[in-house]
Amino acid sequence: MNDDILNAIEKKLGVSRRSFLQLCAAMAATMGLPKGAEAAIAQAIASPQRPPVIWLHFQECTGCTETLLRAEHPTLDKLILDIISLDYHETLFAAAGHQIEAARKASMTANKGKYLLVVEGATPMKDGGIYCKIGGQTAHDLLVECAADAAAIVAIGSCAAWGGMPSTSPNPTGSTGVPVLIKDKPVVTIPGCPPNPYNFLSTVVHFLTFKKLPDLDDKGRPKFAYGRLVHENCERRAHFDAGRFAQEFGDEGHRKGYCLYKLGCKGPETYANCPSILFGDVGSGSWPVGTGHPCIGCTEQGVGFQKPIHALAEVKSVVPPASYPRIVEEQGEGMTFGSAAALAGIAGLAAGAGATIARNLGKGGRDDHSAGKE
Amino acid sequence: MSKYAPLGGSLITRTTVIAGTLVAIMAGLVLYRFVFGLGAVTHMSNGYPWGLWIVYDVMIGTAFACGGYAMALVVYVFNKGEYHPLVRPALLASMFGYTLGGVSVIFDIGRYWNAWHLVTPGYANPTSVMLEVALCIMAYVLVMWIEFTPVFAEKWANAETKRKINKVLFVFIAVGVLLPTMHQSSLGGMMVAYGYWIHPLWQTDLVPLLYLISALAMGYSIVVFEATLVTSVYKRPSEGHLLASISTYILWLLVAYLVIRWADIAVQGKLGLVATSGRLSVMFLLENLLLGLPVLLLAGAARRAKAQIQFISAVCMLAGAGLYRIDGYLVAYNRPGWHYFPSLGEVMVTVGIIAFEVLAYIVFVKRLPVLHAAASPKDNQRAPHLAATTNK
Amino acid sequence: MGLSRRNFLKGAAAGGAVAACAATATAPADARENKALPPKAVGLLYDSTLCVGCKACVVACREANGTHPEFSADEKLWDSPLDISGYTLNVIKVYADGTADHKDQEKDGFAFVKKSCMHCVDPSCVSVCPVSAMQKDPETGIVRHDPSACIGCRYCVAACPFGVPRFSWDTPFPRIRKCELCSPRQAEGKIPACAEVCPTGATLFGPVAALRDEAGRRQGLAAGQVTTFARKTVGSSDVHEKAIPTYVPHIYGSTEMGGTQLLMLAGVPFEKLGYPPLRDRSYAAESETIQESLYKGMVGPVVLLGGLLYAVHKHTKNDHEED
Repeated sequence: MNDDILNAIEKKLGVSRRSFLQLCAAMAATMGLPKGAEAAIAQAIASPQRPPVIWLHFQECTGCTETLLRAEHPTLDKLILDIISLDYHETLFAAAGHQIEAARKASMTANKGKYLLVVEGATPMKDGGIYCKIGGQTAHDLLVECAADAAAIVAIGSCAAWGGMPSTSPNPTGSTGVPVLIKDKPVVTIPGCPPNPYNFLSTVVHFLTFKKLPDLDDKGRPKFAYGRLVHENCERRAHFDAGRFAQEFGDEGHRKGYCLYKLGCKGPETYANCPSILFGDVGSGSWPVGTGHPCIGCTEQGVGFQKPIHALAEVKSVVPPASYPRIVEEQGEGMTFGSAAALAGIAGLAAGAGATIARNLGKGGRDDHSAGKE
Repeated sequence: MSKYAPLGGSLITRTTVIAGTLVAIMAGLVLYRFVFGLGAVTHMSNGYPWGLWIVYDVMIGTAFACGGYAMALVVYVFNKGEYHPLVRPALLASMFGYTLGGVSVIFDIGRYWNAWHLVTPGYANPTSVMLEVALCIMAYVLVMWIEFTPVFAEKWANAETKRKINKVLFVFIAVGVLLPTMHQSSLGGMMVAYGYWIHPLWQTDLVPLLYLISALAMGYSIVVFEATLVTSVYKRPSEGHLLASISTYILWLLVAYLVIRWADIAVQGKLGLVATSGRLSVMFLLENLLLGLPVLLLAGAARRAKAQIQFISAVCMLAGAGLYRIDGYLVAYNRPGWHYFPSLGEVMVTVGIIAFEVLAYIVFVKRLPVLHAAASPKDNQRAPHLAATTNK
Repeated sequence: MGLSRRNFLKGAAAGGAVAACAATATAPADARENKALPPKAVGLLYDSTLCVGCKACVVACREANGTHPEFSADEKLWDSPLDISGYTLNVIKVYADGTADHKDQEKDGFAFVKKSCMHCVDPSCVSVCPVSAMQKDPETGIVRHDPSACIGCRYCVAACPFGVPRFSWDTPFPRIRKCELCSPRQAEGKIPACAEVCPTGATLFGPVAALRDEAGRRQGLAAGQVTTFARKTVGSSDVHEKAIPTYVPHIYGSTEMGGTQLLMLAGVPFEKLGYPPLRDRSYAAESETIQESLYKGMVGPVVLLGGLLYAVHKHTKNDHEED
């Protein structure tokens, strides 16, 4: 990357080139990209062509947007003003009413097939979707309209991903996630309540850099963020493996930082990278289990907002397998060279001696002198 | 004068020196076992808690030592006095076999300092087959040493003592027949409790009967084997006519054994397993081959009279019945995932015990009136000569 | 020369009187029946579908019984016994097939299973021990081992149909060890350590009758139905809710070897978990039937001895006179 570009970036983002390269490296690390990827990311971010983004809000608490406000690299202002072109966002826009709807339509026309659609919140489907309307349009209509010409769709938060909290039984409004409603476009889901902002930012930057979405699992979640169970990277895992559990909130085990499984921790059945990247950029322990609360499984459909918080988690996976013996283990000591040789020698000696004696007997020579073996 | 006489001759021969060395190696290994534990010397494990020591030294060793029992049965119970010359050497071998089998158990049991519990009524568990075996073997060892007292008496005691001993000896002879009948069958009976760990071709409720019959046949075989060996090695006159009729017993015992074994397998519908058990099928067939061959060899009276046929049959019989015991307790004993093959240490201890037996037998026949003195004076003179030539 | 065939067979028949008894051993008339469950029998119910493999039971067992960790890896960092042993009285093993994605599923699934003493109703180890070192408590049915009586013959190690008693091979002063259901803790009014600490109630302590009922209740409910599962002791108020899994329709230990006081439920066939199908009749009963038919009241041996004494006395008379 040449100096001109870096100088341009300095001017554009108002950050030192050192901070900028650190940002790119951090993004690459979050996504687990190989060495050298940070340069591609820097190139992509520095390019004057900012991708347009349309951000829809349906049935939600705006927690996902709030969590973005807490991001430090880059900060939200840098993100929306300099990295992407945020053309529509109800919370962050100064404008309102028909003015903003006009802006959305203008952007969609201008960037047809190129814009990124971000959906925050669930889409109510019951009773014709009347439970959430914006500018007279139901959420579902809006979603379908905006999705039609989007390059890709990101469903941020558990609500958009599968219905989340609003879909909790008995689900009075028929809250539904984006992947169920939009079938003809790739939908990335970033579940979490709230989701980790870096999982969202890294997905966006991946799209910017490589012009495609990252690898996804069967639920549309980026594998770099949701590839492993919370249980697998949990800092309290050692206590689980050693059978040390907090029995109740505030007891000795709880204060000592023992495993929270017995208090209902859903880490063993929840895929997320919370224990690895933490929240809020304030250092170690800054995630639910780190602060002493069991994981509620907010990133996992069927677990978060579905199972009682005190209910015990199902164990999803047997890893690490090395620490459990198999049903049948190969044990005991088999043949050694020494013993095999000794036994073979004895058998040979006995057979030889036996044969010699038998032969001598065969000669009929009971007085034969050659049977010298005692 | 006694019908029996010591062989005489030097005790230091090549054979005794080799045997002595092997005994010394065994002593070292046993010491090591007592200092560092069973695992340090043996390959026994929680999957194969009984190894070569129990299966060879006790199961096979005592069955090899059934010569005394087998001969006492024909001579004293069935009154076949003509076999008298064979009784003492057989009894001597039995005495050593059993004594050493008993001693080797002390190496094998983990908490030997509690061994006295076996003979303490407060600890006895009457349902335990092993208790019966242990008590019988201990009692039989004692009985055999008593049965053997005339031999010592002839060397060291006066006529009066000898007469007194002989008066009560019949009781011990009778007990000496009863005890092996009990424990040789029970050595097999111990297997029943193993249940499904043992392959169905070996696991049957008739196993006590099979063990008893095969032990008796082994007893007669060892008599043939030893008599042939002693005749051949010490240049003594042949007892071939006696051995031929003893071979008849081996023949009929083997026929009985094979009929019962195969009929039992057939009745229980396990015949298919004979062909389909892989490695175990091979072992089973090898075992039956070794036990079937003597039947073929000994079937004709003319063939039976040949020393060579007698000897080969006896050896096959001993090998086959030994294999039957090894198979039953080790090869067919199968716990998933577990492996066992005796360690060099285990093998050397067993070899040492056999060497000790050979050593003691030589010492006894050379110094005590064990072998029948029916031979001509020439033989008695030749024996020392032979010992001298082999003493290099 | 020698015996005629007829004489020999006659002799063999007489000499084989004991052998003849062996043949009658299989007669069902005097067969020793399986023993019955003691009235106040206690035991464990292990539900593989509840087990999460945390091994709290293994750790608690070590503390309660004063055993030391065992290592199967080169790095001696984690307690990693391969199996129960002379130093490990219980262990959690794992069944894994293919991708091992789903718990309690035979194909491409995985399951945990506990290995420890089954506390048989009719235990082989008690039957075979020559010095009564293995004892079954007549009240609670707990199978205990008394090292002060034990001679270390390892017949119990070899004969146990579940391969439970284990021996310490690496010491000159070895002993047999096995789970004794924390008898010393029970004497203090506590329950076995493994049941005490189990976070899911996968290991549940209680009277065997109540445990059988509980196992039956679980199997009686439809898969997917949410119900409560007690922790620690059957019927305790410490419960958690969970849906009923798809159980294999059998309670392992209800009939095997005449029944065991450790019962098991699982979602994967027991055979795959190292618990093969076993018949109802205990091997102890079979072995003792043979022994009893041969040696009951020592009648057989005494009669045989009488005959032998007569014959030997008669046939050794000549010897005496000769001497």
